[in-house]
Amino acid sequence: MGYLFLAPFLIAFFLFVLLPVLASMALSFTNYDMINTPKFIGMTNYRLLLMDDDVFLLALKNTMIFAFISGPIGFFGSFIMAWLINDLKARNVFALAFYAPSLTSGVALSVVWLYFFSSDRYGLINNILIRLGLISDPIQWTLNSDTILPVIMIISIWMSMGAGFLTFLAGFQNIPSEIYEAGMIDGIRNRCQQLVYIILPQMKPQLLFGAINAAVGAFGVFDVAVSVAGMPSPNYAAHTIVAHLYDYAFLRFEMGYASAISIILFLITFVLGRVLMRIFRSDDT
Amino acid sequence: MAAVKGFSVRFRGRRLFSIYLPNVFLYAFLTLVVAFTALPLIYVISSAFKPLDELFLYPPKFFVRRPTFENFSDLFSAFNNTDVPLTRNIFNSLFVTIVIVVLTVVFSGMAAYGLVKLKPKGSSFIFTLILTALMFSSHVTQIPNYVIVKNLNMINTYWALILPKIAVAYNVFLMKQFLEQMPDALLEAARLDGADEWHIFCKIVMPYLRPAWGTLVVFSFVSNWNDYFSPLVFTNSEVMKTLPLAVQSIAGGPGAAALSTMGAMAASTLLMTMPTILVYTLMQGRVLKTMGYSGIKS
Repeated sequence: MGYLFLAPFLIAFFLFVLLPVLASMALSFTNYDMINTPKFIGMTNYRLLLMDDDVFLLALKNTMIFAFISGPIGFFGSFIMAWLINDLKARNVFALAFYAPSLTSGVALSVVWLYFFSSDRYGLINNILIRLGLISDPIQWTLNSDTILPVIMIISIWMSMGAGFLTFLAGFQNIPSEIYEAGMIDGIRNRCQQLVYIILPQMKPQLLFGAINAAVGAFGVFDVAVSVAGMPSPNYAAHTIVAHLYDYAFLRFEMGYASAISIILFLITFVLGRVLMRIFRSDDT
Repeated sequence: MAAVKGFSVRFRGRRLFSIYLPNVFLYAFLTLVVAFTALPLIYVISSAFKPLDELFLYPPKFFVRRPTFENFSDLFSAFNNTDVPLTRNIFNSLFVTIVIVVLTVVFSGMAAYGLVKLKPKGSSFIFTLILTALMFSSHVTQIPNYVIVKNLNMINTYWALILPKIAVAYNVFLMKQFLEQMPDALLEAARLDGADEWHIFCKIVMPYLRPAWGTLVVFSFVSNWNDYFSPLVFTNSEVMKTLPLAVQSIAGGPGAAALSTMGAMAASTLLMTMPTILVYTLMQGRVLKTMGYSGIKS
């Protein structure tokens, strides 16, 4: 009986998701230019990638820094916002406004952050800093290799909080009200105790989803990086793993090499995913 | 919800003040955050009514000074010059998006029910596969995906726009996480009454999962409604074009917004955003409704 419920999803999943993933795994051991048939070359792609490709190692470093800072901030930020907004009277208005970046298209988003981080003196942040007398010349936010990565972090945290936020908001509704009542009888007096003793343990499944979502999103950073810093970015300061992958797949047409990059990215997120699953394991059964 | 309000409750006479004060700060702080996150939305709405000279203003002004409907009439006249009527593009987009959303919600819900509550042999392996797929970068799978769709003879059909979008690993993962919280007692009671699994799924599991699929509908609608990659790759005729693609083509191709169509673009961005706001608002009511089941102790 269980298989019947799984069947519709699994058939589509196998054809359009799993098969392409397996194909890319196989391609990572080949030399494939998308025209000639793939040629098996063993581990060569991986050896080149990890031994000789300095740009990849830089991309790896950038992605790690980016992911380990912006991932947790996005995760905790979206949870705290959901927690604060959930109890408000006007929560529907607040929730819509907070979710707005996820509803609007990329063009509208980029107009807003360009206005904030513009490198001339009209850019909002430069403008404020100049008026306060903290700087005399505008800072080249998106051109200077020291500021590129932090700028990308801020923009992508702001853009990516929506999914986690909405999941957590829905998660709050899944906590039965009896548990709050039982908690009050057991002596829970303020919102912080309620958070630690009731909400966090009850929300573990949603927290795991949010954490994996944040991790995969953070390690897959690409679109924002390219639209902020261009490709290639100055001194490769914003070069990420997926930017490297995109470069080899769609600009150089070396699909085998690109597939090897995707396998390494996958291994990193998979290990991290295992760690997160251990942290947020629901142990109620 | 029986939540504890404020940072101290009860003892009216003495603590009323201390409840009130933190709430003022909370509202002030949240209003500040939310005013910032709402900026793109405000920009989209006010830009649609901006006359051309205001659209090209630098630095940009978020609020419109002299609102006009010119952009909307420009947009419709731009569409009148194309071979395929705009209504066809709207139909394509609505049809494809709605079918995907319905199928992905039902299939993901069924799969989650199978994985969490029925647990046939191999369930944990299947879940590992789903997690694996979720972590795999979609950039490299695009090429194999195209080869598969082509070999199934689906190019230029609705099938190509719909089928590859249904089995999203994230969607099952989301449904599964919410279903894990469901007490088994709810199911056992129904089974004792002789209800079959399909009946239980429709009448008990899906209503229980309302917050989960309410969320999923928003995620799925927004991403598929705005998607122009798959119609770009899988179709090549005018009649199959979806709205985002049609909008892109009046602007002169991706990225190259021609001067004259700037206004039409601003108007179309608002028109494209409105259905997503509508769906979000509709679903938010469902997501944020307190659950109506009670009396079951897990």
